[in-house]
Amino acid sequence: MVSLSNISKTYQKGSVKAVTDISFSVGEGELFGLIGPDGAGKSTLFRILTTLLLPDRGTATVAGYDIVKDYNRIRRNVGYMPGRFSLYPDLSIEENLQFFATVFNTTVAENYHLIKDIYVQIEPFAKRRAGKLSGGMKQKLALCCALIHKPKVLFLDEPTTGVDPVSRKEFWDMLKRLKDQGITMVVSTPYMDEATRCDRIALIQHGRILSIDTPQQIIAAYPSPLYAVRAVDTARVLHLLSTHNAPLNSYLYGAYIHVEMPAWKETQATQTLRNVLMTAGVQDIEVKPVTPTIEDCFIKMLTT
Amino acid sequence: MNTDETVIQAENLTKRFGDFVATHAISFEVFRGEIFGFLGANGAGKTTAMRMLCGLSIPSSGTARIAGFDVYSQTEEIKRNIGYMSQKFSLYEDLSVVENIRFFGGIYGLDRRLLKHKTDALVERLGLQSEAKKLVAQLPLGWKQKLAFSVSILHEPRIVFLDEPTGGVDPVTRRQFWALIYEAAASGITVFVTTHYMDEAEYCNRISIMVNGRIAALGTPEALKKQLNEPSMDGVFYQLARGAKHNP
Repeated sequence: MVSLSNISKTYQKGSVKAVTDISFSVGEGELFGLIGPDGAGKSTLFRILTTLLLPDRGTATVAGYDIVKDYNRIRRNVGYMPGRFSLYPDLSIEENLQFFATVFNTTVAENYHLIKDIYVQIEPFAKRRAGKLSGGMKQKLALCCALIHKPKVLFLDEPTTGVDPVSRKEFWDMLKRLKDQGITMVVSTPYMDEATRCDRIALIQHGRILSIDTPQQIIAAYPSPLYAVRAVDTARVLHLLSTHNAPLNSYLYGAYIHVEMPAWKETQATQTLRNVLMTAGVQDIEVKPVTPTIEDCFIKMLTT
Repeated sequence: MNTDETVIQAENLTKRFGDFVATHAISFEVFRGEIFGFLGANGAGKTTAMRMLCGLSIPSSGTARIAGFDVYSQTEEIKRNIGYMSQKFSLYEDLSVVENIRFFGGIYGLDRRLLKHKTDALVERLGLQSEAKKLVAQLPLGWKQKLAFSVSILHEPRIVFLDEPTGGVDPVTRRQFWALIYEAAASGITVFVTTHYMDEAEYCNRISIMVNGRIAALGTPEALKKQLNEPSMDGVFYQLARGAKHNP
């Protein structure tokens, strides 16, 4: 449904490379994630795929249409929720929704089944102006407006940025239900923990794809054994591990320190880690092997 | 952290907007050199509470002292003794790195010689020597955020307020940012920080979780996990915040 081949885009007369040689494709009904920090090039890709920006090089198709030749057809067949809230703040919830339905030559009633789950949550405030809504409600309205013409592909640029963890989870539950209805989605996020909600992901940094696969495969490809270490004085433990020569990398990870070790047996690795800390007088040490997360994988790719 | 010295003391601090109670009688204290995480769902009342603590909004009732100054009558003294940084507002994009440091240092009344010395030290500390004359707009986000934080504590405030300082930053830079926070706290600056990353909640000495304008839980990350019988802060946050969600 979406296919990019060697897409590159620069800004400011070539001095800023936004994205370089990006190629991937998204299958029908797939939920595809672009995972990377601000400035990685995610929004540039969205603008190119929604025909709002021309690439310098490369080709791409969306729903079978070429992004340059057939831009008009693409615009009729995709939904786009930009990173910045872009509805009309002085129109009410229902006016915004009707407006977008009318622009796309359809009615709210015709595709109501697609948005029903989401719309009922904001319907009690249907007469309220969009500009006066809370962040979570704006987000739900924007999703409804992007869906009301039953797009073949839905592009969501950082829909959960700045949103609290509970609302983020609810938003991904909504996307899951849309996926169950067969809508193809490309979603970007800077939150690594959201990667596992996607069928496949591309990890992206500085305009280049670091890795592209299912989250499970990316995790399985993590090259080293990873351990979680914890003791009372986290800062001191981190210092001891970072300055010792056995660990390949050590960094904070929530209540633990994650330590990437060479390809040693578990007993040897855990004993080595314990020894490093015990020799320095650290007590109550917990060491356990852990499965890497997407964040661990991303850190690995950024530091090698 | 020095628990003998309280730098933020809030007692029944309340803010009403008409019928709506945005912050409902919150009470807590924060110690010198403590890293205090101020968590809550969107709309729980965090921003309103922070504005009162920074002397930007007069409370409807209750009391609070910030670095010893009263939030009703000494708001100018409060502003001079705190630092502030958020993801949205941090630096002037069309000024260079050095110009931003001089501008903010000047606003906080640092004299020219001290400022010169601090500027050089900061540029070196952040490894920005070759970027010193570049416009801030040209820096990658992660560097901007590290620079913004350093500028917010240039005048050695008693407390620095950080509003989602690491939103959208890559995981490696996010950890470097926290190393700067630890350094500041170790030097005696109290850090009051909001975040939506639950792993960062673990990096705080203590955290509070606001739900519908009230503080629903307050303690060390360990204590809160034990209290709610959850293995991670994620679980703690879900348990407390989920029940309150159906109230837009």
